[in-house]
Amino acid sequence: MSKYAVKQLSIFLENRKGRLEEVTKTLSDSKINIRALCLAESAEFGILRLVVDNPEKAKSALSTGGFTVKERDVFAVKVPDEPGSFYKVVHILAQKDINVEYTYAFVGTSSMAVLLFRVPDEFFEEAVRSLLDGGIELVDPLFFYK
Amino acid sequence: MWNPIEGASREEIEALQLKRLKDTVTRLYHLVPFYKNKLDEKKISPDDIKSLDDLKRLPFTTKQDLRDHYPFGLFAVPLEQVVRIHSSSGTTGKPTVVGYTRHDMEIWIEVMARTLKMADVGPKDVVHNAYGYGLFTGGLGFHYGAERVGASVVPSSGGFTKRQLLLMKDFGATVLCCTPSFALHLYEVAIEEGYDIPKDFKLKAGFFGAEPASEGLRNAIKNAWQIQYVECYGLSEIIGPGVAALCKEGNLHIFEDHFIAEIIDPETGEVLPDGEEGELVITPITKQALALLRYRTKDITSLTRIPCKCGRTMITMGAIKGRTDDMLIVNGVNVFPSQVEHVLTKVEGTTPNYVIVVDKKGVLDKLEVWIEVDEKTFADGIGALENLKRRLEAEMLNELYINAKVKLVEPKTLERSMGKAKRIVDKREDIKGVS
Repeated sequence: MSKYAVKQLSIFLENRKGRLEEVTKTLSDSKINIRALCLAESAEFGILRLVVDNPEKAKSALSTGGFTVKERDVFAVKVPDEPGSFYKVVHILAQKDINVEYTYAFVGTSSMAVLLFRVPDEFFEEAVRSLLDGGIELVDPLFFYK
Repeated sequence: MWNPIEGASREEIEALQLKRLKDTVTRLYHLVPFYKNKLDEKKISPDDIKSLDDLKRLPFTTKQDLRDHYPFGLFAVPLEQVVRIHSSSGTTGKPTVVGYTRHDMEIWIEVMARTLKMADVGPKDVVHNAYGYGLFTGGLGFHYGAERVGASVVPSSGGFTKRQLLLMKDFGATVLCCTPSFALHLYEVAIEEGYDIPKDFKLKAGFFGAEPASEGLRNAIKNAWQIQYVECYGLSEIIGPGVAALCKEGNLHIFEDHFIAEIIDPETGEVLPDGEEGELVITPITKQALALLRYRTKDITSLTRIPCKCGRTMITMGAIKGRTDDMLIVNGVNVFPSQVEHVLTKVEGTTPNYVIVVDKKGVLDKLEVWIEVDEKTFADGIGALENLKRRLEAEMLNELYINAKVKLVEPKTLERSMGKAKRIVDKREDIKGVS
């Protein structure tokens, strides 16, 4: 397993009133801190993707709470918070013909942004290597965990 | 009435029934090994049938027996004499197959003519037949019957609602034949399209069957189209439509010179007296290609034998109260939960937790299959889940001929909202009658 693999939790949610509140309450009750998130939705259901400070604990709390949870490896890169940074990363992956399944971002500090990427597992290593070769800074998973 | 026999004395009808029953049992004993074995097992010889009361000693036949002898194993004539084959869907992939000789076709046409006569359909009428033409007995059954009474038949078959309305208007249809839900759907589309019902259409009667219709639905159709509602009961294993039809007095008469009806306790098989509710069992007594002894219809109803004001003396069956098995009828198509499960297992590789939900969307039935997304099913991607949904829907259409909507739900949803073991949730109003 790559040392850059960040554990992300995907949660299946029906588009139902109050459901998001119930997930976040479950996490809150377990004192889980959400470090990054994105929500993808279709007409009938959604997938909530989270990077949290304690993935194991979060997963077990959510499963106990009756949610369907899947763990996935994503990687994170740190880029200057300025025009062209996202392009630079995506460009490297595109050159290598690596398909990005999804990506999301948050502003880490005043000058840096953190981008999370999900690529097919079989391309994970290649993606990470080519980004490092391209001078992109990969984020150590410990940055997210406690 | 089409045939005076419909108003004959009980003695005459019963004498005819006895003679025909004896003939049928004799023929089946000698021509169908399945029945020879069954009768031998029960130590009954055809000569033992001395009165109609002896009917209750005869063995039952079930849909499973038909499937076990797929396709022609229960036919009592060689295929050379069969002029028509129809088929209906089955629970496990094998359909049930029925055959007709030229003589059987004559009987079918005769009982369909009697059915159409319930609304005095004749040469002056234009019959718009929107039952599906094909393996399903509805389309061709009504078609031939309507030709026999001399009406002009428009074989429009199902679908294409707007075009059907145009044809009904332009050809001056006086009679509509279709499923009850389609009749109401036609009306709703007619209103949407801006038709003026009394001005644009000349309908006087409709012949509705093949699916259960609640009293509310029947009244809605009657009022919407301002027509006489003729309920039609039948099943392909017996003959197709034409087993029973509703007279103007509102009684559903069974054409019992061709079909003997009994009501049994579905648990014990015991024959129940008139007026009591139980499973309807029918023995066709004039058919050649496929005659079945005491066929269990699985429909729950009761029988009464009182002369009707319409002049018919034939036995009356009540509205169908339900079914003894878990079969669903969705827009006229038979659906069993086991079929749905089969499709899920095929696509998924496992059997997920699921519930079948049937409801009304406007006037048509709407079938949803709710599937719990567990860790095994849950691919982390909207696209993958949407794909799964689409594949299941496509397979359902392909295998079961139904437009089912697949809904992915969270685990425990099913238990939460409808109790654990329940596989079917029927939200349609009480089914008060099969028409």
